[in-house]
Amino acid sequence: MRPATSTGSLGDLVARRQAEGKLVVQPRMGFADPARMRAGLVATKYARACTVGTITLDSYTRVGDHASVLAALRCGDDLNGYPIVGHSAATTRSVVRGVLDHDFPVQVRHGSADPRAIVTAMLAAGLDATEGGPVSYCLPYSRTPLARAIEHWRESCELLAAARAPGREPHLETFGGCMMGQLCPPALLVALSLLEGLFFARHGLRSISFSYAQQTNADQDTEAVTALRRLAGELLPHVKSHIVIYSYMGVYPRTAPGALRLLEESARLAVVTGSARLIVKTSAEAFRIPTLEENVFALESAARAAAEQRGPRPGEGADTGIYAQAQALVGAVLELGGDLGRALRTAFARGYLDVPYCLHPDNAGRTRAYLDPVGRLQWQRIGSLPIRHAVELPGAARMTSAELMDSLSFVQNKFDHGALAWSRPESSRVNREREPQ
Amino acid sequence: MGSDQSLCVVRERSLAVVVSGLPSDAHTWSLVYLQLVLEELGHDVTNMGACVPGQELVARCRAARPDLIVLSSVNGHGFRDGLRVVASLRESPELIATPVVIGGQLDTVGGDPTMASRLLAAGFDRVFSEGAALSEFRSFVAGLTAPAARLVGA
Repeated sequence: MRPATSTGSLGDLVARRQAEGKLVVQPRMGFADPARMRAGLVATKYARACTVGTITLDSYTRVGDHASVLAALRCGDDLNGYPIVGHSAATTRSVVRGVLDHDFPVQVRHGSADPRAIVTAMLAAGLDATEGGPVSYCLPYSRTPLARAIEHWRESCELLAAARAPGREPHLETFGGCMMGQLCPPALLVALSLLEGLFFARHGLRSISFSYAQQTNADQDTEAVTALRRLAGELLPHVKSHIVIYSYMGVYPRTAPGALRLLEESARLAVVTGSARLIVKTSAEAFRIPTLEENVFALESAARAAAEQRGPRPGEGADTGIYAQAQALVGAVLELGGDLGRALRTAFARGYLDVPYCLHPDNAGRTRAYLDPVGRLQWQRIGSLPIRHAVELPGAARMTSAELMDSLSFVQNKFDHGALAWSRPESSRVNREREPQ
Repeated sequence: MGSDQSLCVVRERSLAVVVSGLPSDAHTWSLVYLQLVLEELGHDVTNMGACVPGQELVARCRAARPDLIVLSSVNGHGFRDGLRVVASLRESPELIATPVVIGGQLDTVGGDPTMASRLLAAGFDRVFSEGAALSEFRSFVAGLTAPAARLVGA
């Protein structure tokens, strides 16, 4: 690796930081206004942490509704992100000018089942790192038929790969490891992350990251990320890759100490599993889109927690079968033929891949997950998933709305409760002191 | 006690409900949850899922003639998208009197006080703001199965 020739390729920068023993932290951040977007990038760059920048797009751009973007920009209405297709390439260039450099790459985050216009716009503005995937940005985030999303993503991969030049290595991150945000069993997250990475590599990408979102139990997450690393090495030995952890994406703690402890736990997960990058969440997450200051605080808190954690610690922890399940899921898809796009379609049609609670018409919808008493995500029903040999199923009880809410709120309750318990001695001391009066 | 009452109501009448996300909103969990809540009350739910284009929602509702349409949004565009979607629902003569409700986190700043009244003026029958309790939603739904409401629905 020769950093001097790099012009800000995300994969190279992350590899350099990992070699230095530092975790790269990254916000979710997108503002419609170019000046505010630029200020966000500057604040990220100069936060006391190893950072990369983020431009998160608005959700009209995500679904290709550029008319609504232009209408909102005309009226001065706020959008929930930066409309990279609605703004000109010159505008986006001015947003990143002097901020983007070989020590500070910027990733475009979008969530689109059809990112062709987005990829074209970002490349035109000098940006070459993005994320997503044909499955993970189709099934939960659109009504687009999976077959069409796969074609859109193939073209988008090819657009990105074609932008490769000396010192410019386009980077693509899978979102498959974050599917549905919560209540997707880790083995399926691992398998989807790997399958999307394989898809990217087949369509020309050479610099890839595999995502995994923090779930509900730290030991289970550690096992899952360890399986992801091992399988990535086995399946894609020649691709430059790293693992990116996402701080919990589900219902977030409402107390500031609870949110902070959850964020710190995700930073520790990244370090002990040898992951190189972390996408943070803020304490504002339970309420609204975070401010710039809240994002910087989250970045710096995560970096501090990572620096205090010794790691990685390979080989620790029990094997509950995540590796075997993920390997079986990926293997079943790869056996469906050499065209991975077609294999993915067939796998979903036959229920070899089937995401719990996902309402997309191309998802079979015959699987269910639940949380066991220690907060591990377990399969309740596996439909046609080819993992029967590697999983123990409970009885066939149906989840009620109250149980679903408990499961969705498990992490929020756990971390908020911890925060309240932590503050209780303080208040009871005050009460005791008042008693004599 | 409450559940006994609602069971009686259910025996009288179960509603056909369409639950849907809005065009630009990818969030699914609230839709899954609302489906379970409504099913436990004995109603039949068609869950359209996330990111449903306005025309698709209108077409489905015109065909299905539901007793209730429940829209949920948490991505901050719900106010803007909700105004447009309810306008196109109300343009259809079949849906002019169908109860349509919306709830969730509807703007990017966390609660514009004028939002609910503007959504009601645009055609929603009820707006459940971010802090609304589920019991408010349940009692709204129970109200639709009462005899007086049946006349409106029929």
